[in-house]
Amino acid sequence: METFLVFTIVGLSLAAIYAVISSGLVLTYATTGIFNFAHGAIGMLAAFTYWQLRFDWGWPAPIALGLVLLVLAPAFGLLLERVVMRGLVGTSEATKLVVSISLLVGTIGLANLVWEPGKSRPNSKFFDGERLDLGVTTITYHQAITIVTAVVVALGLRFLLYRTRIGVSMRANVDDRSLTLLNGARPDRIALLSWAVGCSLAAVGGILIAPSLSLESASLSLLIVNAYAAAIFGRLRSLPLTFVGAIVIGLTEGYLAAYLPSNQYLAAFRSAAAAIILFLVLLALPNPRLRTRSHLREFFPAPSTSGMAMLAGGVVVSGVVMVTTLDSSSLITYGQIFPLAIVALSLVPLVGYAGQISLAQLSFAGVGAIAAAHHGQGGSPVGILLAMVFAAAVGGLVALPVLRLSGIYLALATAAFAVALDRWIFNLPDFDIGPVHVSLFELGSTSIDPLSVFGYEFDTRGSQVILSAVAFAVVALLVAAVRRSPFGRALVAMRDSEAACATFGLNLMWPRLAVFMLSAAIAGLGGALYGMQLGTVSPERFNLVTGLPLFVLVVVGGAGLVGAALFAGFSLYGLIPLTSALGTLVAKINTVTPGLTGIGLGRNPSGVLPIIQRRMAPLRADTPALIAMAGAMVVAYVLRLADVIANWPFVLLVAVAYVVASEVARRRFVASLPVPAAGEDPDDLEWVGVTVPWGAAHLARMDEALALDELDLDHPAPVGAAASRVAAVTAVREPVPPAPSFEKGGVADA
Amino acid sequence: MLDVQEVSVRFGGHLALDHASLQAEAGQITGLIGPNGAGKTTMFNAITGLLAPTSGRICIDGQDVTGLKLHRRARMGLARTFQQLELFSMLTVRENIRVAADIRRRWARDRSDAGALTDAIIDQVGLRAVADERVTSLPTGQGRLVELGRALACKPRVLLLDEPASGQDDAETHRFGALLTELAAEGTAVVLVEHDMALVMEVCDRVHVLDLGHMIAVGDCASVQTDPAVLEAYLGTSRAPSDIVDVTTGVEA
Repeated sequence: METFLVFTIVGLSLAAIYAVISSGLVLTYATTGIFNFAHGAIGMLAAFTYWQLRFDWGWPAPIALGLVLLVLAPAFGLLLERVVMRGLVGTSEATKLVVSISLLVGTIGLANLVWEPGKSRPNSKFFDGERLDLGVTTITYHQAITIVTAVVVALGLRFLLYRTRIGVSMRANVDDRSLTLLNGARPDRIALLSWAVGCSLAAVGGILIAPSLSLESASLSLLIVNAYAAAIFGRLRSLPLTFVGAIVIGLTEGYLAAYLPSNQYLAAFRSAAAAIILFLVLLALPNPRLRTRSHLREFFPAPSTSGMAMLAGGVVVSGVVMVTTLDSSSLITYGQIFPLAIVALSLVPLVGYAGQISLAQLSFAGVGAIAAAHHGQGGSPVGILLAMVFAAAVGGLVALPVLRLSGIYLALATAAFAVALDRWIFNLPDFDIGPVHVSLFELGSTSIDPLSVFGYEFDTRGSQVILSAVAFAVVALLVAAVRRSPFGRALVAMRDSEAACATFGLNLMWPRLAVFMLSAAIAGLGGALYGMQLGTVSPERFNLVTGLPLFVLVVVGGAGLVGAALFAGFSLYGLIPLTSALGTLVAKINTVTPGLTGIGLGRNPSGVLPIIQRRMAPLRADTPALIAMAGAMVVAYVLRLADVIANWPFVLLVAVAYVVASEVARRRFVASLPVPAAGEDPDDLEWVGVTVPWGAAHLARMDEALALDELDLDHPAPVGAAASRVAAVTAVREPVPPAPSFEKGGVADA
Repeated sequence: MLDVQEVSVRFGGHLALDHASLQAEAGQITGLIGPNGAGKTTMFNAITGLLAPTSGRICIDGQDVTGLKLHRRARMGLARTFQQLELFSMLTVRENIRVAADIRRRWARDRSDAGALTDAIIDQVGLRAVADERVTSLPTGQGRLVELGRALACKPRVLLLDEPASGQDDAETHRFGALLTELAAEGTAVVLVEHDMALVMEVCDRVHVLDLGHMIAVGDCASVQTDPAVLEAYLGTSRAPSDIVDVTTGVEA
């Protein structure tokens, strides 16, 4: 009984923290439509800041708390809303998701930049863990404060939402945004307030839980999984149900701590419990309506044969160049580009074509690595084959129950699965299911033998890198071929309108399942090759947080383009180590770069690659410039092979060759454009803005031309809130039904 | 062919369809008209399975399909277009139609050439000139033709068209009417929701009139036009039906 009471209190204080964090999450999601994956990371940042003020600098607790909770956290929320979130209005759910995941990645990077990871940071509970005697049991002051805080937050939110003017308009905003707008509410103010309050609540939770865990950026940020689980109980809308969810999860964790038999199979189960509950609750969600009228701004053209040939050839050539120029330690670093680019490639059919989301691709890669380790002994190709088969099977197994979900729910389900694997399954010792013996990472790390085909053994680093590069090229061609097949066309069709596809007689289940399994199989292949290059693999190589930057960068590159996978692999595992080698300052900045790249996505949802392609178009069309560039690069390569120049000058020469060639091609392209004939008015209004910059004088001339100069026009036209209000009013009014017209047919003829 | 029996659909407190029935015969064009908000699109959504009716039955060829999923109903020969376009933005006109042809080819286990069928449909609906354009660059009227083409690629026996002529000019509408008549002559049961009364009266064999979820009139074009309930629904109660016939046709004046 004593144990029961003690752990009930432990569970309730956990529940209180989850409730506080998840209520902030629900508040911002419900009022602004943005599901903030970085919510936990914001709490983590607050916990670190509080630690800095309170324990490192020795400030008194009330002042440190006041500064963090009432000034810094709300200010951070306001900043986020103004700089990042406001630009996301009207973008697709996937874009919003990627931006908030980028924010998570960036925030973890920022924390690691300021507070060097791995150092011990003593952090004590409030009142140093002193206890209060309740008669039947005792409770620490910290627990008591935590529970009281949750009650205060609940009452405070109730007061805010029901008794204040802005709170009422926040609730109205949840119900019907455009109606609220019509009634004169200020959506920008609502958003600012909810981000400020949301960030403060995240900060409260982060500070309260930090002493019970260690101050570690990734694990504190992932605490959010527990809060997500609570928020899903309330379907991301209802605060009371969210509190109920928090209590269920907190008590479950408390009682598991008390009563779970401690053996090596269940030791890590407790930390995965919330993720498993999250997965189960998602299964119980009702069927969402089929996706219709997505109006996505993203557009990805089908890959062209010449483009794909260039990409595949270029990858193999750069693999060969790397192997012949780099020493073996650099090859370890840069060799990762290709296998991880294959993992990134697995996202192209799934995210780019089908518009589904999976955050568990690196977990599937882990499954592939395990299969290659245990079935590829002696270099047997069966290992690679089974890596793909097992990964596809696990992918299918995860996907099957959650396929009907989409958007953030699918993202959450796959994230929950990844967390359950990271924290529990991947750390299990060998076990038997009936006659099947299952062996995973064998409680630490497991070694993978190099592949051997027809007696040739890929046992050198160089041969392994080239193997991965060739594998990437082959899979890239395959993924491009999928896009041009009937299956690929059906996938991009489903992305826009599932409803329309279903009315053609398509059972949506099969293509969804097939694309998930295909994607997992590709990730499994990448994982197997990655493991082979590493020699030994351990679970932390394949965890959720490691996989997030890869996901973000594929989407930033342009998820529907095969090149985006190469872009992601090259940026993360090529460019970042390369530039980090320039100096410690760059290396420090690079910890936040992957996160920052995703934040600009709202402006350009089709990604970076189309912009690069546009820039490269003149060069691609200019054969002499291409040949000259290739020639210069070959010369540089020969000089490097002859050891006339070192690696850095070689990289520099190759870069210069590209820059010069593309500049020459651009100039030749511009020169080839038709010049306006002499005597043509350069200020011809039709060409203003194209050939000459737009100015106020042109506006006047345009008014004159349209005979509007006699009207008293107030330039510029209504902007911002006023314009959107006008638009909303006109959008709400339906066209008047036309009266029946009996001119043709009908009575007159009868 | 299509038999909708006493179907009701409730959205919260609002009864969008109230025991509404509709029949469409093979080889005929059946009109479904009514003011905005009458429940026409809701009726289509219930027939195709996008919405589950609160009560009532939907039968195709005498077989009850009320509990079947969308794709099962489609495989029984039901196809539709959408009032608000559901085009596939990443694909061209040809590919949009080809997707539907490929999907049908698979479930119908039809070995015929989906490409040839696509080409034939492009000519049939008159999209040859823009076949390789991206659908997002088309005006709404042509977008509706793409939707019709996709529906035709499923070789439907029952074809539900939701305001297919809006966004088309007079000449286009006229050609469109001829196309519908042609489709019906081939044996398809066409159900037409349309605000262009001239088109409805020109091509429809029978007309159903919906108002506020109730089916207020069913009959041939002539009888529906003079039905007092219909005139009241469209024009309000301020004027007597006889006056309106006077004004609009000039026949009895």
